[in-house]
Amino acid sequence: MNTLSETIETGPDANLIVPQENEGAFREQQFEDTVGDVTHPNPRISCREVDVYYDHGAVHAIKNVTLDIGTGEVLAMIGPSGCGKSTILRCLNRMNDSIDGCQVSGSIRLDELDIYDKNLDVVLLRAQIGMVFQKPNPFPKSIYDNVAYGPKIHGLAKDKTDLDEIVQTSLERAALWEEVKDRLGQPGTGLSGGQQQRLCIARAIAVSPEVILMDEPCSALDPIATAKVEELIDELRQQYTIAIVTHSMQQAARVSQRTAYFHLGHLVEVNTTDKVFTNPQHHLTEAYITGRFG
Amino acid sequence: MQSSFLLFVIFTLMILGYLAGRRRSLAVARMSRGPDRLHSLPAYYGFYAALWAGIPALFLLATGVFFQDWIITKLVVADLPETLRTLPPEQLGLVMNDIRNMATGNIVSTEITPAIQLAADHYVRLRDLYSTATWILVTCISVLGIIMVRARISPTLRARNRVERIVIVIMMVFSSIAILTTLGVIFSVLYESLQFFRKVPVTEFIFGTEWSPQIALRADQVGASGSFGSIPLFAGTLLISVIAMLVAVPIGLMSAIYLSDYASARFRALTKPLLEILAGIPTVVYGFFAALTMAPFIRNLGERLGMEVASESALAAGLVMGVMIIPFVSSLSDDVINAVPQSLRDGSNALGATRSETIKKVVFPAALPGIVGGVLLAMSRAIGETMIVVMAAGLSANLTANPLESVTTVTVQIVTLLTGDQEFDSPKTLAAFALGMALFAVTLVMNVIALRTVRKYREQYD
Ligand SMILES: Nc1ncnc2c1ncn2[C@@H]1O[C@H](COP(=O)(O)OP(=O)(O)O)[C@@H](O)[C@H]1O
Ligand SMILES: [Mg+2]
Repeated sequence: MNTLSETIETGPDANLIVPQENEGAFREQQFEDTVGDVTHPNPRISCREVDVYYDHGAVHAIKNVTLDIGTGEVLAMIGPSGCGKSTILRCLNRMNDSIDGCQVSGSIRLDELDIYDKNLDVVLLRAQIGMVFQKPNPFPKSIYDNVAYGPKIHGLAKDKTDLDEIVQTSLERAALWEEVKDRLGQPGTGLSGGQQQRLCIARAIAVSPEVILMDEPCSALDPIATAKVEELIDELRQQYTIAIVTHSMQQAARVSQRTAYFHLGHLVEVNTTDKVFTNPQHHLTEAYITGRFG
Repeated sequence: MQSSFLLFVIFTLMILGYLAGRRRSLAVARMSRGPDRLHSLPAYYGFYAALWAGIPALFLLATGVFFQDWIITKLVVADLPETLRTLPPEQLGLVMNDIRNMATGNIVSTEITPAIQLAADHYVRLRDLYSTATWILVTCISVLGIIMVRARISPTLRARNRVERIVIVIMMVFSSIAILTTLGVIFSVLYESLQFFRKVPVTEFIFGTEWSPQIALRADQVGASGSFGSIPLFAGTLLISVIAMLVAVPIGLMSAIYLSDYASARFRALTKPLLEILAGIPTVVYGFFAALTMAPFIRNLGERLGMEVASESALAAGLVMGVMIIPFVSSLSDDVINAVPQSLRDGSNALGATRSETIKKVVFPAALPGIVGGVLLAMSRAIGETMIVVMAAGLSANLTANPLESVTTVTVQIVTLLTGDQEFDSPKTLAAFALGMALFAVTLVMNVIALRTVRKYREQYD
């Protein structure tokens, strides 16, 4: 024991350990408060002091995040991988419920509704908050049935013509109608990657949600398909509130009005997208944007 | 010398060939500046030499062994004295048998005449000569193969492509063995069935409703009309299989869905092997269970309810058989349900579907082809199962849809027809082949229909 403590105090590494610890504490300090404006004058979703743990508390994935997502805005979430972007996104429609050992604390509201209310019906919540995933995941059904799936389980259509109309408008809004109107009966999995992703967006729109969550919706797509989806996101802003996780800073700059930068589970900075990209307030944000890590 | 030892020699030569080819290629490469100058990796030159050392030699050996007896017999017969050589073929065959027996040191049926003794000596000499010749030829061919390949090795020899082409051919030969075996089985059964249909009209077999395959041993015997209507047997098979499927499909599917989508990982890890143990229980044991536990239980229950139940009932056999095939349904379904990507479940859940909606509308349809496969496998097990039925359902060929009565199945009848001392050309024995043929046709049609349905309704995912 003696020799051990002696080596730690007097060994060559001793000098290295101490400043490192100090620097860590120093960094934590800097995370404490989010830089920029976390609130929005007209919020649709508001998170307050949200903490998320995985593995029954072993992993602290989201640390004290407070953030508003405004009505009719596109909020981009950026940050190095593993920083918790997907985690916070999945909290918003309670997709984390199905993960064993995941715990969420704090409050998340959709308008006046407490999302984590014990009596809340997740089915209805998810009808209001749609989600689009990283990899296009159309069901192995026809294009029509893919879009009609949500309306059917929520009983949104009175009859067949009603359903047809919902399917058509959803596909139109997802800018896919022209490409698939002649082959609605063919499997959705037979479409190209970009078309599949737009089909998934149409599928989400079909249940007329208020909010659409997108988790890196373009990371599996080629540049042309990406451009189409981005164009689509911009149009969808008229009707929906959108939160999009992205790895591409250009994409965040192109489609979003506000940008949130996450780092190791902390929300470091939230500002208008212009400001984040031209004049980042936090040195970590600046480091990420200028490409020093990511 | 034994040809098994020769096989060993060929194998050794193949290894030597490999080493020689490899070394030669390396040497060639060194001469042409560095190993990257070779077309293929050195190992491929080795394999190429090994294949040339092995394949022609093995082929020759196989041909030699195949024709050995025929050639030697011809030669021995040609040298027999006139009196023996001109015997009719059957007697000549007997003589040859004696000669062969003497040559191998077995007991001989007749007394040994000098002529036969001579012929036997001749036989032994020829046999030794033949095997020595085979030895020399096979070894030479093998060595020659190595030498030839070695001489041809050059940087431009496309050894990899050649080896791969040879391997493809080998694989083709092996896969056609399976097909040829199947064809052989079909034709042999078909041949015997045709023999049967020469004695019993096809129409009686297919449309007859009475099965009593007793053939009179003597013309004046009573009660031995012999009627071969197969409908009661197929009806019995169908009845028992349907009962078994009614047990196995719901239980198997439900447990598969529970295990894959609801149960915790630990419960699943514990339960799945336990379920699979059911498949490992020998069917005879299930037969005991059916005959000694299930059948009396059902009979008592039936009597209590005022129904008449045979002591050997289709129900008892069907229920136990159902239990036996549960793991076929559950284990395979569980695998395919698990193989449905999580992303599909997420997509459905994110649209607000409940877990059961997700399973019913997304997971189950996506897994359907595999599930049907599992059910089909279970079904063919049920149709082919014999032991449980022998023990629990009886042997009487009743044409009935009442599961409380005793019935019999096709496979059970095949067994009873073929066990015991029988003349091979009596309709009774031949009927077994006809039954086998019909059973095969039925399962084949079933499989084809099922495959088509699956293909039609399959939902692709990737
Ligand atoms: N199901 C899970 N179980 C345990 N830890 C998880 C799980 N999902 C994510 N994590 C951890 O939480 C952190 C944040 O992950 P995630 O939100 O996926 O990051 P991002 O989407 O920003 O790349 C990571 O450290 C990751 O390892
Ligand atoms: Mg992510």
